[in-house]
Amino acid sequence: MSAWITRHLQTLIGALGRLSEQKLATLLTTLVIGIALALPACLHLLIANAQTATGNWNRAVDLSVYMKIPTSIDEVRRIAERLRQRRDVNDVEVLTADEALKEFRRDSGFGSAVDALTGNPLPHSLIVHPKSEYATAAHLEELAGDIRALPSVDLVQLDTAWVNRLQAILEAVRRAVFLTAAFLAVGVMAIVGNTIRLDIQNRRAEIEVTKLVGGSDAFVRRPFLYSGFWYGVGGAVIAWLLTTIVVGVLREPVSRIAGLYGSGFTVSGLGLQPTLILLGSGVFLGWLGSYIAASRHLREIEPS
Amino acid sequence: MIRFDHVFKRYPNGREALSDLSLELASGEIAFLTGHSGAGKSSLLKLIALIERPSRGQVIVNGQNVGSVPRSKIPAYRRQIGVVFQDHKLLHDRTIFDNIALPLIIAGIGTKEIGKRVRAALDQVGLLGREQSRPLELSTGEQQRVGIARAVVSKPPILIADEPTGNLDPDLSLEVMNIFRRFNEVGVTVLIASHDLYLLEQFPVRRIRLEGGKIVDSDEAPQKLLDPARLMENRKP
Repeated sequence: MSAWITRHLQTLIGALGRLSEQKLATLLTTLVIGIALALPACLHLLIANAQTATGNWNRAVDLSVYMKIPTSIDEVRRIAERLRQRRDVNDVEVLTADEALKEFRRDSGFGSAVDALTGNPLPHSLIVHPKSEYATAAHLEELAGDIRALPSVDLVQLDTAWVNRLQAILEAVRRAVFLTAAFLAVGVMAIVGNTIRLDIQNRRAEIEVTKLVGGSDAFVRRPFLYSGFWYGVGGAVIAWLLTTIVVGVLREPVSRIAGLYGSGFTVSGLGLQPTLILLGSGVFLGWLGSYIAASRHLREIEPS
Repeated sequence: MIRFDHVFKRYPNGREALSDLSLELASGEIAFLTGHSGAGKSSLLKLIALIERPSRGQVIVNGQNVGSVPRSKIPAYRRQIGVVFQDHKLLHDRTIFDNIALPLIIAGIGTKEIGKRVRAALDQVGLLGREQSRPLELSTGEQQRVGIARAVVSKPPILIADEPTGNLDPDLSLEVMNIFRRFNEVGVTVLIASHDLYLLEQFPVRRIRLEGGKIVDSDEAPQKLLDPARLMENRKP
């Protein structure tokens, strides 16, 4: 058993040593694998970050409540007080009709037109800030429904439509990422497989001799599998580096954009779990690619 | 130990290398396989090493019917046969030690035991101390001895050699032959294909002469061997 482990370790290290003998070729192959793995990793980050960002914006969604005309300002304040008691409401602002008109006159540029009016056509209104933990689309709809049911409420505006649209777009992108990842996985296997095939051709004599002295298929295949393993590890490490560079370059400008929109959003990099998945996929694809190539091409080499 | 029973070997190109060949080699026997090139010597050895399979007839080696060994069992089958090649077939990017250790590594033997056995095999072929050399740093004769050490390091019951002295001068040939003889003395069945007439003269062992894929002469020469030292003397004029 210990001899077996020793052999495997020797083959593992031996495969690494052999790869390091041809630095440029190994580097190029690993780089190609790294880029192929970095693409889905970056797209994954795009989605993860977009989700965080829209999550933030969801939290910023307020409800605008327009009261019926006429509703007394006391009634409006009473409703506001009642809404504040709800556990899913953080705060309620009261905007009286007069304040609303003043604001409109100032911001709209229709000042003179407003002056021409005899009365105030605007209703009193409330701005309801939901608590962040209740800021999901379903909860917001429920809250809006409750408020809408109040007799003196005329209209409740809740703009979750664009959030839903963005979510739908993200879902489509996620599928595209999945497909891209699948294609690139096949690509990685093809790259590793082809490299291993060339390696097998170059080591033909060695393989023949090993088979002649009784080396089994598994024994002959082992060093190639470990080569594939190392290609996968190397590719995953390069992919991780590339993703980290991308995140580092984008973090500052994206934060600036978010700041302009009044959000504290920052781009986050690959967490521990995605990093492990990246490494695992690299190792698995490298191993599988070399396994397929080795099984196929080692069979063709028989001593003569 | 080795039995051929009406064996035919025809290659895909139509050439018939062996034709109705029957042969028996007892356990612990040593024999020369002679004949012109193309007589079928190599084909016969390839059937024993299971590099080729017979077209017809049976080859029984160490109690196994070679023709019916499945592909997956070929490695295990080959481990009981040591093969020495005319061109040595050493791996030039590895040390002598690693070359000889290969069959033991394949057999899954522990590192310490491998060291012991490799040195013992090197000692038997007179190359102790050259473990860390590379094959190309050695002379042809030394390389051939490394090839022999690799063939016997895992102590196979059968040793076959295809023109092992083909590239060697007469002195080296005798030396190599004496190594084979010593293995035979400890019970290894040895079959050597050779057309080295001088060598055949010096070693009065059984000769199996092939011609056109058939055995034309299989004399049971006395197996008593001359003292190697006297052999060397005899050669001097």
